[in-house]
Parts: sequence; structure tokens; C-alpha cells
Amino acid sequence: MSDPTTETETPASAADLAPANHSPLERLQHILHRSPALSPLIVLVAAIIVFGIVAPNFLRPQALSLLVQQVAVVGALAVGQTVIILTAGIDLSIGIAMVLASLVMAKLNHDHGVPGLIALLIGIVVALLTGLLNGVLVTRLHLPPFIVTLGTFSIFTAVSLLYAAGQTVSLDPNAFLLWTGKTLSIGSVSITWGVILMLLLYAVVSWVLRTTAWGRHLYATGDDVDAADLAGISTKRVLLSAYVVAGLTVGIAAWIVCGRVGGADPNSGLNYNLLSITAVVIGGTSLFGGRGLVVGSLIGALIVQVFNSGLALAGVDPNYQVLATGILVILAVSVDQWIRRVKA
Amino acid sequence: MTTDTVDTPAAHPGAAPATQPILEAEGMVKLFGRVVGLRGVDLRLFPGEVLAVIGDNGAGKSTLIKCLSGAMIPDRGTLQLDGQQVAFRSTQEARTAGIETVYQTLAVAPALDIASNLYLGREIRKSGFAGSVLRMLDTVAMKKHAEQYIKDLGISTLQNINQAVETLSGGQRQIVAVARTGAFGSKVAILDEPTAALGVRETAQVLRLVRDLRDKGLGVILISHNMPNVFETADRIHVQRLGGRAAVISPKTHSMQDAVAIMTGAMVVPEEEQSLR
Repeated sequence: MSDPTTETETPASAADLAPANHSPLERLQHILHRSPALSPLIVLVAAIIVFGIVAPNFLRPQALSLLVQQVAVVGALAVGQTVIILTAGIDLSIGIAMVLASLVMAKLNHDHGVPGLIALLIGIVVALLTGLLNGVLVTRLHLPPFIVTLGTFSIFTAVSLLYAAGQTVSLDPNAFLLWTGKTLSIGSVSITWGVILMLLLYAVVSWVLRTTAWGRHLYATGDDVDAADLAGISTKRVLLSAYVVAGLTVGIAAWIVCGRVGGADPNSGLNYNLLSITAVVIGGTSLFGGRGLVVGSLIGALIVQVFNSGLALAGVDPNYQVLATGILVILAVSVDQWIRRVKA
Repeated sequence: MTTDTVDTPAAHPGAAPATQPILEAEGMVKLFGRVVGLRGVDLRLFPGEVLAVIGDNGAGKSTLIKCLSGAMIPDRGTLQLDGQQVAFRSTQEARTAGIETVYQTLAVAPALDIASNLYLGREIRKSGFAGSVLRMLDTVAMKKHAEQYIKDLGISTLQNINQAVETLSGGQRQIVAVARTGAFGSKVAILDEPTAALGVRETAQVLRLVRDLRDKGLGVILISHNMPNVFETADRIHVQRLGGRAAVISPKTHSMQDAVAIMTGAMVVPEEEQSLR
């Protein structure tokens, strides 16, 4: 109002503010910056095309059905892991917490004759409690999430092994808890109810993150916790709720894993911790928080499985699958670092 | 920036009529152990004015501001906002009452867009069940209002409301932070060194926004080390020295040299020559 001349007399203003001449690379950086799930999607599509050519069996409906079924458990866990990583946290205990919850479900049903639905609900409550414990330790004792969940990882492992006495629990094939392993066939494509449950989980959590105040506050807290605090967001409550929501997804993943293995196995959790983090990172969510999409983690989980199945069907030594995963993780984090350096 | 001197403080519409202070602090005392932070400071801020607070390091500027914004609880003294006695126990209480503060550390979420940042922590929700129970955001309304608000303030440097804040320049980010203070029917904006890290042109843009907020009727407290900025923008200048108020002067009656002399204790201004109002 006071100096109307500033706008007109300085031609610099327009040049400064309008995007300068960007190189194609910078434009790509901008596009990837705006849509964080785009780069993993490109990788997924490219990988499917390449393996489709290299390994002719790969694109057969049966192979693809199996691939999607194999992703169900990691995919469901990755939802919770994404919510936590969006707050700039990490959960190293998520896989073993799922094993613990699945053991509770299976043992209550099998050993104590508790009805399947009740056993399921009690197992989900246990999963919620594991999340609540992590969240309370992070928000009340101000411990780094890495340390908290490294500790609870060992605790949940010990509790699982003690509770199960090292034994696998096998459920009656018709048990309600194994419903997630039942297949639904459409032509030659067969998917399990567990896969549908996982996809539903993605849909709900994506919707919540995109459309609710809670979702907005979760991103802001992970982005810059001090700024979020100053803006009046109760960041501690947001953090705590993130761990509890992760606990809920752990409970659902526990149900899915019951269906997949036909019961519960106390020794199966170790891989799931790291696989869920791998899926999130390859899916384009930044480990520094505040950036990423939950659907990216599904794409990330699919990418890992496409490489594993594709390499196996192409007759490559299985050890190369692990090598490929490692390279993908490092590439994904490098791309994230590059995207984060975006300039106006 | 030379054109700014034409805009004498009296020229803006909000200056004359306000007789009732919007914010009035009396006898503010803050002790840190045996160190005296504030020794009974009075401060009066009127709607539609920019009151600069200047002073040397350790003069009690920050302590004073923190006592006003709820970041610190004064040991003694009273605070009145719009004629009502208030005692804030947190910045959140002060904010709810209508005192917005922009801190030196930029309080914006870099990955969120401009509209989201303007409404951060105070999002517009959808009406009915969706808004109250599910806490669903009304993104359309927020974007529309944000766009209108930015337009009303004549902020031409923010063109795309959907742009992530991290892609903005330092000055543009500061403009987002300062613009936030006026967006929620607030009465008082406290700006702590809003131009400290900015270039000349960006500084001019931020100061222009500060004056626009004032013209909207806000009472603005501006803390700054930059004398030319203070003299160009402020209607009155509150000078802190050794934890107390040394004087309140006007850029019309005193020079920058006078201000520095008061800050260092080389000059004492008799009350009748001050701009106490």
C-alpha cells in the first residue's frame, strides 16, 4: 500500500519469482517432488515389463496371483510403518509385534478354545498395546524411536518365544482365523481375502491421511516438529496416535499372517521388521519425515516381490534377489535426497 | 525503499482514532534467580499501530516479548488485552486470545503448501459429522479463503497457493509466516526479527506486509535490530535498557542517533517529550 512503486519499478521481482529456465533434469526433480509415489511406480512398471520379457512365465496369472499374495503381510505392515516414518520415526519392532499378536490369536483359539472372532479381537488389542507402549516411550520418555523399538523388538521377541514355548501353532483349516488365507478366484486369477483386507487398509489409511486434520497434522509433525508445535498442533498426541494406528495395522497384519501360514510361528518375525522398512523406503517415503504417500509403500513392497519372483523365474541364483533389494534401497534413498534438494 | 519515507506514520488510516490500548502491560517483572530480566516494565500497544521494541542485547526485549506471548510467565505485573485482564500460561492460550507471534526460527512446515501452512493447526473442517467426528478437512474452502486473503493483502509474490513452502525463497516464507498472524481475527501480532535473514528487497516486502496488517487494524509489535527498518515502519518506538523501559519515542520527534543514545544510556528523554500516549 505504502510503496506501490516497488512492484513496477523493479523488474527483478518477476524474474525472481517466476520459475527460471529449468533444465529437463530440474523439471523432472520438480515433478517427482510433487508426486512422491511416481518414481517407485515407474520402477514397478519397468520391472514388470523387463521380467515379462526375460522370464516368460512371469506374466502368467498364476504367477502374478502368487506374487500379490506374497505381498499381503509385508504390505499390511508397511501401512503402519509408513505412518510412523512420516513422523520421522521408525519401528524396528513391527514384525515381531505382529508375530506376538498372531500367536495370541492362534493360541487362544487353538489351546483355549476361545471363539475365533474373540481371539482375533484380543489379538488386535495386544497389537494396539505394543504400539501404545512404543508411543508412550517415545513421547513421555523422549527416547529416540530407533532405540525404543530396538528395545521393544527384543522384548516382544522374548515374550513371543516364552509364550509359545518355541512351538508353532497350527490351526484347523476351517478356523475363522484362517479366513484371510482363503482364495477368491476370478477366472485364473486367485487372490486371498488377506490381500483384499490389505488393499482395504491402504484405501482407508490413504483417505484418512489425505482428508482429515489428523493426517495433515501427522505430516506437519514429521516435517518440522517445532513449527507444528508453534502452529498449535499437539505434536505429542499426534506422535502417540501414530504408534497406536501402527498397532492397529499390526493387528490386521497378524490376522493376514495367520491365514498365510495356517497358524502362528514364533520364529518368523525377524524378516518382517526390515522388509516393511524396505517397502516404505523404496516406496518413496522420506526417512526424514513429512514426505511420502502410504500407497507408495504398497508399490515398494510389490517392487521387492517382483524382483524376487522375476529373478527366481529367470533362473537366477536366489542370493541375487537379496543383492537386488539392497541396491534398490540405496537407490531409493539417493533419489529421495536428490528430490529433497528441490529449488523454486 | 526510498519511497517508503513518504509514508509518514500519520498517513495511514488507523492511526488517529484508537484511544483504547489493545494490549497493556503494567509493571512487568521477571527474575531469573538473582538476575533481573524485567524490572517493572510498562508497555501500551494501540490497534492500528506498529510499536517497535528496540534495545541492546540483554536489555530485556526477548523477555518482555515472551511475557506478552505466553512463552514466559511474569513474576509480577498485569496484562490487559482489549480491556480484559489476562494471564497466559502458554503460547497457545495467548494465541487463542488473539495474540499471534512469529518467532525468529521460521515456524512453517516446509513440505506443506502455502494454504496448508496458513491454516496449520486451525484447519477449516467440513460441516456436520464428517467435520466434527471424522475431522475431515474442507480443503476447497481453505484454498479459496487463503487465496482471497493473500489477494486482499496485496501479496503479489505468492502466486500459487498450492506451492510447497520449501520451494519458496526466504522472504516469501517469512511473508507466509507474517501473513498467518493476521488471518484468524487476531488482535495483536508480535514479530521477532522478521527481516533478520533477508535481503533488501525481501525486507521491503515483509515490512510492507507489516504495515498492511497494521492498516487492517492489528496492533503490531516489531522487534528489530535494524534501525532504518524500525524508523521506516514503526509509529512509536519502545526502547528497552537494562531490563526497564528507557523511553517511548516517535520517529517524527527523534532520530536514529537519539534512539542509539537512549539505548546506551547516553541520553535521557523527559516524559513530556516521549510518545507515551
